[in-house]
Amino acid sequence: MTEAGSTGGRARVVAGAAGAAALFAAIAAFPLVAGNYPVKLLQEILVWGVFAMSLDLLMGRAGMVSFGHSAFFGVGGYVAALSLAKAPGLASALALPALAAAVAAVVIGFFSIRASGVYFIMLTLAFSQMFYAVTFQAAWLGAEDGLVGVPRPVVPGVDLGRSLAFHLYLVGLVGLAALVLVRVARSPFGHVLRGIFENEARMEALGYPVARYKLIAFAVAGTVAGIAGALYTQLTGSITPDAFLWTTSGEALLMVIIGGIGTLGGAVLGAATFILLQSLVSSYTERWMLILGLTFVLFVLFAPGGIAGALRGRIGLRA
Amino acid sequence: MSAPPLLSVEALHRHFGALAALGGITLAVSPRERRAIIGPNGAGKTTLFNVIAGQLAPSRGRVLLSGEPIAGLSPHAVARRGIARSFQRTNLFLGLSILENLRLAAAADGRGSYNLLGRGARRRGKQLARARETAEAVGLTARLDERVGRLSYGEQRQLEVGVALASGPKLLLLDEPTAGMSPEETERMTRMLERLPREVTMLIIEHDMDVVASLADRVTVLHYGEVLTEGAFDEVRADPRVYEVYLGQA
Repeated sequence: MTEAGSTGGRARVVAGAAGAAALFAAIAAFPLVAGNYPVKLLQEILVWGVFAMSLDLLMGRAGMVSFGHSAFFGVGGYVAALSLAKAPGLASALALPALAAAVAAVVIGFFSIRASGVYFIMLTLAFSQMFYAVTFQAAWLGAEDGLVGVPRPVVPGVDLGRSLAFHLYLVGLVGLAALVLVRVARSPFGHVLRGIFENEARMEALGYPVARYKLIAFAVAGTVAGIAGALYTQLTGSITPDAFLWTTSGEALLMVIIGGIGTLGGAVLGAATFILLQSLVSSYTERWMLILGLTFVLFVLFAPGGIAGALRGRIGLRA
Repeated sequence: MSAPPLLSVEALHRHFGALAALGGITLAVSPRERRAIIGPNGAGKTTLFNVIAGQLAPSRGRVLLSGEPIAGLSPHAVARRGIARSFQRTNLFLGLSILENLRLAAAADGRGSYNLLGRGARRRGKQLARARETAEAVGLTARLDERVGRLSYGEQRQLEVGVALASGPKLLLLDEPTAGMSPEETERMTRMLERLPREVTMLIIEHDMDVVASLADRVTVLHYGEVLTEGAFDEVRADPRVYEVYLGQA
């Protein structure tokens, strides 16, 4: 708030907006200059970026560390696969998956937010593993093979089967999701979440019904995660029970931490680091998890603020 | 004392296992009154605050605010009815600035807080104005943008009262506002509390008898979870039982 008042702050806001617009344009135009594989990697980064950002809204704003965020990613992914197979419109591609993820988040959130700290982590983890167990067994969901050959949505007048059109569709939606999350974080509601992050008991004593705000935050994050899952299905044309697996949640958690908790934009940088590292290292060695683990340890030790924190000059051993 | 009480506590009990932390407390606080609660350690003072403010449910008995029962409500529900409290151990938003701490309190009526996408600019202006006003009332006008974790202990105690005050309560519960303060800081806090508007009814737990003498209209003495006596400060001080209770502790 103080920076918005000063002229230097305003200039910084304008510069930031211009930078974001330029970055957005560069990402949108990437297929014009790059081959199929780099484009695919970029798209993967974008989808995981949305997923990681939605987790960061929970972790970085409200202080709710969830280890079951994959539940919503998977629900969005499966609902998109099922409904796109029936009717390949935008309702199938986005609205239904978002709605299903929102419902799942409200139900899981209703039970989970009653617990905090490690119990919240365990409850969210248990719920997501339940989804894994169910999809792994359900024949109508393709059991362990999942659903494959999912068609891309058809938008009137545009053929999203074409790769450039799909890229622009994806980039547009990812940009929209990022914008929404940033606005939520900066809204009066986001301000209440900051307070809950800092001191839940005092917020309660001041008159804020903390549980209600946490449930809304959980539902918003879950809905956006569901959209990320739906986009993932459309990107890869398939979805498997692994989407629900705890490693999916864990990877998003790593992305958020590597990127910088509570920065939203950092979550995308974290996703980029994770995915580029994965593709780069795994082409040389099978032990890419080892490299990733080392990277993670180095980040936590030397750049606890993540990439976003390091960019702001906070590098050094944690005191 | 003719006005109907703002707060009545009726035969309030709170047990922890076999221990009766509150063993049937009855007291009434009039609007605009400044009441001190004193008593040796373990008398049940903070437990009384915890039950009034909803952090603890009573085992038995009633708490009425302007005649309406509030015992057993959750803390946020009690706060929304007009009771704010400060804590004995500083309980602030350490990562936020002084102004942000006060703004969260000023916005605690919750209006506009479910606005997820907007900036809430109109309300924000009002909340900030209220936050600045409160900062002045508690003597924290400099360094409003300083992170609270960096403030001195005395300043944090001032803000502790400020955060309770900024929510605009009818009844303010202050739990040892001068705890751990130097004599100079205590003096400043006392003067600050004296200057607070009379519309805010005050219930204050305090060990420093000079603070009690200069602030309180009436004093209630608790001992082992029961009201030992109640009256003006001079009456209470002259009571040999009060002397004994405090001396017995020392």
